Amino acid sequence: MIRRISTPLGKGIKTISKLRGGGSALPGLVVEKIDPDFLRRTLSQLPKGVVLISGTNGKTTTTKMVVELLESQGLKVLTNRSGSNFVRGVIASLLESVDIHGKLNADIAVLELDEAHAVHFVKQVAPTYSLLLNVMRDQLDRFGEIDYTAGLLTKIAQATTGAVVLNREDQRVRNIASLTSSSQPPTFFGLSDATRSLFPDDDSLRKPSLSAEPLPPAYVTLDALHGQTATFSIGTQVHTLNLRLSGLYNIYNAAAALALVSKICNETIKTDALLSTLSQITPAFGRGETFSVDGQPLELVLVKNPSGFRLGLSSFNAKNTATMIAVNDNYADGRDMSWLWDVEFNSLREDGVACVSGIRAYDMALRLQYDEVEIGHVSTELEKSLRHFIRSNSGTPKRIYCTYTAMLQLRRELAKFTKVEAI
Amino acid sequence: MKKSLTLVQLYPRDMNIYGDTGNVLVVQKRAEWHGYDVNVIDYNPEDAFPSEVDIVIGGGGQDSGQIKIQQDLQALAPTLKTLANNGTPMLMVCGLYQLFGKFFKTAGGEIIPGINIMDHETHAGPTRLIGNIVTKSQQFGDIIGYENHSGQTFLSKGLAALGQVIKGAGNNGQDASEGAQYNNVIGTYLHGSLLPKNPQIADFLIEQAAINKYGEFTPSVIDDRFATAARKVAISRSR
Repeated sequence: MIRRISTPLGKGIKTISKLRGGGSALPGLVVEKIDPDFLRRTLSQLPKGVVLISGTNGKTTTTKMVVELLESQGLKVLTNRSGSNFVRGVIASLLESVDIHGKLNADIAVLELDEAHAVHFVKQVAPTYSLLLNVMRDQLDRFGEIDYTAGLLTKIAQATTGAVVLNREDQRVRNIASLTSSSQPPTFFGLSDATRSLFPDDDSLRKPSLSAEPLPPAYVTLDALHGQTATFSIGTQVHTLNLRLSGLYNIYNAAAALALVSKICNETIKTDALLSTLSQITPAFGRGETFSVDGQPLELVLVKNPSGFRLGLSSFNAKNTATMIAVNDNYADGRDMSWLWDVEFNSLREDGVACVSGIRAYDMALRLQYDEVEIGHVSTELEKSLRHFIRSNSGTPKRIYCTYTAMLQLRRELAKFTKVEAI
Repeated sequence: MKKSLTLVQLYPRDMNIYGDTGNVLVVQKRAEWHGYDVNVIDYNPEDAFPSEVDIVIGGGGQDSGQIKIQQDLQALAPTLKTLANNGTPMLMVCGLYQLFGKFFKTAGGEIIPGINIMDHETHAGPTRLIGNIVTKSQQFGDIIGYENHSGQTFLSKGLAALGQVIKGAGNNGQDASEGAQYNNVIGTYLHGSLLPKNPQIADFLIEQAAINKYGEFTPSVIDDRFATAARKVAISRSR
């Protein structure tokens, strides 16, 4: 009985909560409670199974890329695109996609899951493929320790029935290879010697390079990067292409997506379609997303942890650009401000920071003070600060580094000035 | 000749997890702003420990980091103890605060020996104590930070706490004490980082170091308006 009513019920709640302007998790919550088997039963219909993407940084962008690349191969893809990367969010996305009888019209699901929720998920549904991106210092107030987070990712790899795709350059992710039970050896994606030097990580912040340890071969590598022109090796083929993505980390995520999609499609892969689609992919919302405000570009760069912030600062040239930084400390941002002290802001010293805002604006201003970076305007009122920033820097390209909830707030406010796509 | 201070950061490679480099940066910059040259030395396992040391700062690590430094710390213990007894200012946060005590008893009952500079002991607790924290100290006023630890530390009767908890858990979540102070050695669970939002503690470390070395300290006026505003916001945030 429950099996027959949970889908229409869930869909009904979804419609109602949308009308109310509510969040996406409520219908998922209800269905999870009344029909605990809904998730497993629904996903088991998919002929090509379930792909799970997890890790600290880059899940949303990588998931978007994997979805678009699989679509380029003619697959019908289901995903939890709304950024609600908890089990309930997945159920909510499924409710949107199933018909009233609970049938899915898709070949494969590509799901982005937060590390802790992914572990709950794999207890119910064994993924066919998993892609594990990285373990970085982030949200330690939630998970406590990086090694613990690596343990969560190991559990995902162990539950995966088919190919596991791992980041060769992240020591903790690389080590998962020796802990998987899957019959097939993991597939790696990685960097070349030339591109490796561009990527500072948490460990090499303090440690000399770990290159003493021999690295396993990677199926896909990012070999060279000049602006938005990237060279990838895929198997024995080398391809150079112009991308619409910017930022080192986004482009390295493309290597991850290529490795995963190559693994899913195997010999049937249509390389031309794959590469032409990749060159057209735009960043996910807030991840280097660019808006036009008064005829000038305004770019949002999401920063969630020290390595992401460092990469952001080294990816984007501060010259001739007005910079704003917005730091909140809500749960989704990370509540501990310690991480700001693991980022060096010297690259902003020459031009200064026009505006600092967010709930923890003064923590950020304090951080900049100790790197002797000049600040124009500091205020905890984010919307007002954004308007001030735009007004006082007209005629200049703008860039805002922002934490997650600050990014959502800024996008809402920006919608008053310019076209902002709904998330 | 310009006056100078030598600051040693203990185990930055393995014990740096909660922005502890922020504490070093703040002492370094403030000492410079007070008119001193500062020489920052990273000390990692098996390095030669410098012979002249004015300030020592150590941070927190993951369990794996603590295991890596364990042996070296025991070998270094007599040197650190002499410095502590002679009044060298030190700041030990989280993991190294624990290891400056008698021992850490893990959830499995294993005893990890400390180096006995402070008379306290730490027991692995059932839950992590995580969140914003405010404590009150006679010497330093309100101390503001963020805590994230599973170890519960209990001070012996003769050891003074750094502060009394106003909001948060502190040493053990039971007796309202937070941190400890022995001579000029400060141990605490607070990060955020600690010193940027608590410049009074940074200046205390610098002042003690200057007095030890030069017999006097004349502070400069430093613009702490951002610190004051950041403290106000931090106090208002929920646990």
